[in-house]
Amino acid sequence: MRVNVPISVGGWARLFTRWDILAVLLILGLLVFLGEASRHLFEPLAELQQQPPSLDPRHLPEYAARTTLRMLVAMVFSLIFTFTYATFAAKNKYAERILVPLLDILQSVPILGFISVTVVFFMELAPGRVLGAEYAAIFAIFTSQAWNMAFSFYQSLRTVPAELEEASRNFRLSPWMSFWRLDVPFAMPQLIWNMMMSMSGSWFFVVASEAISVGNTTVTLPGVGSYIALAIAHQDLKAVAWAIATMLVVILIYDQVLFRPLVAWADRFRFEQEPGGVAPQSWVFDVLRRSRIVERLTEPLGKLWRASLRPRRLDKPLPAKPAPRRSNGWIGVLFGFLAIAVAAYLLWRVAEFFIGAITLGDVGTALLLGLATLIRVIVLIAIATVIWVPIGVYVGTRPRVANMVQPVAQFLAAFPANLLFPIFVSVIVAWRLDPNIWLSPLMILGTQWYILFNVIAGASAIPAELRACGVNFRVRGWLWWRRIALPAVFPYYVTGAITASGGSWNASIVAEVASWGNQHLQAAGLGAYIANETEAGDFHRVVLGIIVMSLYVVLINRVFWRPLYFYAERKFRLG
Amino acid sequence: MTAAPALLDIHGLRQSFPRADGGEHLVLDGVELALQQGQMVGLLGRTGSGKSTLLRLIAGLARPSGGTVTYLGQPVLAPAPGIAMVFQSFALFPWLTVLENVQLGLEALGLPETEIRQRALAAIDLIGLDGYESAYPRELSGGMRQRVGFARALVVHPNILLMDEPFSALDVLTAETLRTDFLELWGEGKLPIKGVILVTHNIEEAVLMCDRILLFSTNPGRIISEIAVDLKQPRNRLDPLFRDLVEKIYVAMTARKASPVAIGTAGERTATIDTVLPRVSANLLSGLIETLAVAPFNGKADLPVLADELHLELDELFPVSESLQLLHFAEIEGGDIKLTDAGKQFAESGMDDRKKLFQRQLLAYVPLAAHVRRVLQERTNHVAPKSRFLDELEDHMSTDDAEGTLRAVTAWGRFAEVYAYDDDSGAFSLENPS
Repeated sequence: MRVNVPISVGGWARLFTRWDILAVLLILGLLVFLGEASRHLFEPLAELQQQPPSLDPRHLPEYAARTTLRMLVAMVFSLIFTFTYATFAAKNKYAERILVPLLDILQSVPILGFISVTVVFFMELAPGRVLGAEYAAIFAIFTSQAWNMAFSFYQSLRTVPAELEEASRNFRLSPWMSFWRLDVPFAMPQLIWNMMMSMSGSWFFVVASEAISVGNTTVTLPGVGSYIALAIAHQDLKAVAWAIATMLVVILIYDQVLFRPLVAWADRFRFEQEPGGVAPQSWVFDVLRRSRIVERLTEPLGKLWRASLRPRRLDKPLPAKPAPRRSNGWIGVLFGFLAIAVAAYLLWRVAEFFIGAITLGDVGTALLLGLATLIRVIVLIAIATVIWVPIGVYVGTRPRVANMVQPVAQFLAAFPANLLFPIFVSVIVAWRLDPNIWLSPLMILGTQWYILFNVIAGASAIPAELRACGVNFRVRGWLWWRRIALPAVFPYYVTGAITASGGSWNASIVAEVASWGNQHLQAAGLGAYIANETEAGDFHRVVLGIIVMSLYVVLINRVFWRPLYFYAERKFRLG
Repeated sequence: MTAAPALLDIHGLRQSFPRADGGEHLVLDGVELALQQGQMVGLLGRTGSGKSTLLRLIAGLARPSGGTVTYLGQPVLAPAPGIAMVFQSFALFPWLTVLENVQLGLEALGLPETEIRQRALAAIDLIGLDGYESAYPRELSGGMRQRVGFARALVVHPNILLMDEPFSALDVLTAETLRTDFLELWGEGKLPIKGVILVTHNIEEAVLMCDRILLFSTNPGRIISEIAVDLKQPRNRLDPLFRDLVEKIYVAMTARKASPVAIGTAGERTATIDTVLPRVSANLLSGLIETLAVAPFNGKADLPVLADELHLELDELFPVSESLQLLHFAEIEGGDIKLTDAGKQFAESGMDDRKKLFQRQLLAYVPLAAHVRRVLQERTNHVAPKSRFLDELEDHMSTDDAEGTLRAVTAWGRFAEVYAYDDDSGAFSLENPS
């Protein structure tokens, strides 16, 4: 299945709309607010010094359980966020104008750089300090999961077939009932795919969010992430190996117990009417479905569920769509005024936060460092393209190979870059390499797989007739690549590359600063800038760095990826 | 029968959409309609005649710009209980089984579970779906899927059944079986419904099924004629009376005045620059000219006979024949189509001469094509962006129509080699790729 585009591709006539500007301001305001709040709360943090976790592998099952729990709790919140935020955006045209650009820009914010700030914020919110750190970790994981899920759900809701929507209104389904009978089932396959991606991606954040140092304070939560951090600090290779093994096991359990059953279950929600392809299998799902005990246990729940769908007397069918008219009326005018007022207020708050604390020179430095990271991202995406596109095409045109490669790639996508620090740092130090160049591969380590995934999907979607035609005309070698393979996978490649590029920016915060024991390496870049300022506890510069990075990501998306996406959709879409 | 109050009353109904230049695009205008108990009324017209829009207004899915829809004395402001719809593409929920799909409307009514099950099974039985209860729609053929669509609509015991081209997505044989089955159940009074409104663009289907047929014009949709069908059921397609009615409808639809045939806004035969053009390929035009030129037609054909011969429905035949008329390759009058001299000449020519002939007719009778060429000639670099013409067209018609019209004129211009169009750059030019 092809992943939906992770950026907003709604209206493309203009590079930026006024709603984008409001969205940018809202997020700036939020960042500034968090930064400000954390700055004031910074002092009491020094009291909190937890017991560092032990490197004894016997603790790993417990750590793994705790980490898993955090990820699952975050997933529940992500689902709640998805069902509410995306539904509101899709069903209310006023909400849509601001919520969609907001989401688009939110997912460009490198939250990895902001974990320290949110930790302080949440710790002050929570009654017990440890609980606050837990909240912060869950929040960080949530931010790595929620955006693309909400985006996929929103896009699905917007493409619910008109006739099905009409049928559900014609048969007077209540809004609640048609949400669960029509909207959610229709969006389910895409949503589950995105949940899997989110789970993979959030490992990166787990490692970063369980062991955080702000200034000279360190907060650690028992978990796989803090175990890895400790192993790196102690230069313990054996512990790193244990951590990798634990992760492998946890990812396998996720796959077998959670995602495979979900995928097998969600197969019924495929919208395509034609039977075809092999239905996904899951032994866990089969066991659950066939088990009498499970059936008995879930029966009351099912009854309750159906009863909740039953209309109450207060339920009215949705009224007819109003006659099409031009003007929005006074609500539209009011909404516009409100938007301007909010924008003005936010602009003022943001300016107030920065004036005096940040000089123009700081901004220039951040922009310049951003340019360095930008060059890294471009070069890395180019290299990953050259490597993975041919491999992806090779794999995708051979279904049997594809079935073997897919799960491996999925595991690799979940693999946090931190685990490779030992190798990279040791090699760079031993051979006296330039960290500016040789630390860079860490940025794309986790994200390059999205290119591979998508190219495989694209190559396996090349129609058999088209391939037969190539064979028939003896189209071979470079001509085959140029005329058949590359055009066919191009739209898929673009989708993958957008994801990879966005993820690489985020990863730079971890990857441009690497350490192994007492050896610390640094590359000049915006990621390192954010990481350093975080360690120094300078919230003004952290916020500045994050804003500049978001700016780069949004600009690259709008100026480069979005036009490329439309071009690919128009020119190379098959069928 | 007539003494009973009408099930449905429609007065002065109109629907319009705002247009880019500030004007409005009228889809449906001045519709008057009353549905009596026990009647089946057909709405017959082409794409763009607003008949599907009308059906959605009746169903309470959309609100009209003007006029009223009254169901059993109450204005329809939301989907009313007692009005159920059968959809062209079935609109079944792929993740629900046949039984669950049929139960859906009953669940929304909040009936007890046992009653839901009983009624659903009864409907499934009635419509001939026994044994398919636990199948998913994707396992069924098109005909079986539409049966589920019927069962789902009938199970809520609606007073009025709305059918939106329910047979047009099916193959000929399946459609016929389904029609016959439906007519049989309806005739025997086994269906829990009191009136039917059928939207179709198939003339024979309308004559076969309906008691009354309303003919719709295009752009905007207006009722141009009402035809009562007094033939006894079951009707025979070969019955001379049946054929007469079909012929009568063709004549009504090709009449000079206020006819849906004239594509022009004011019912004129010649196109102006703001005429909405149908998207018909040059190949199809050539094909029809060739068919008309040879035996058995020899230059002149009765439209119903032609439609039969070529297995074309109203929606397919009319755009082609109208385009021929527009280009003055043929004339349409009184349900007949006749090749002009230019048309005959076209049929006898080889490819190069055909292109020249097409070029001549295109520039002479399609002002938009001539306009595009003139603009290109006037410009020094002989290049003009698509948006230049699109903006101009959107002042006169809806965005969709403008897009479609420009595509039509692009395709014809390409065939005639009058100008070239490059989709990558979105530009018209006078140069052909060398």
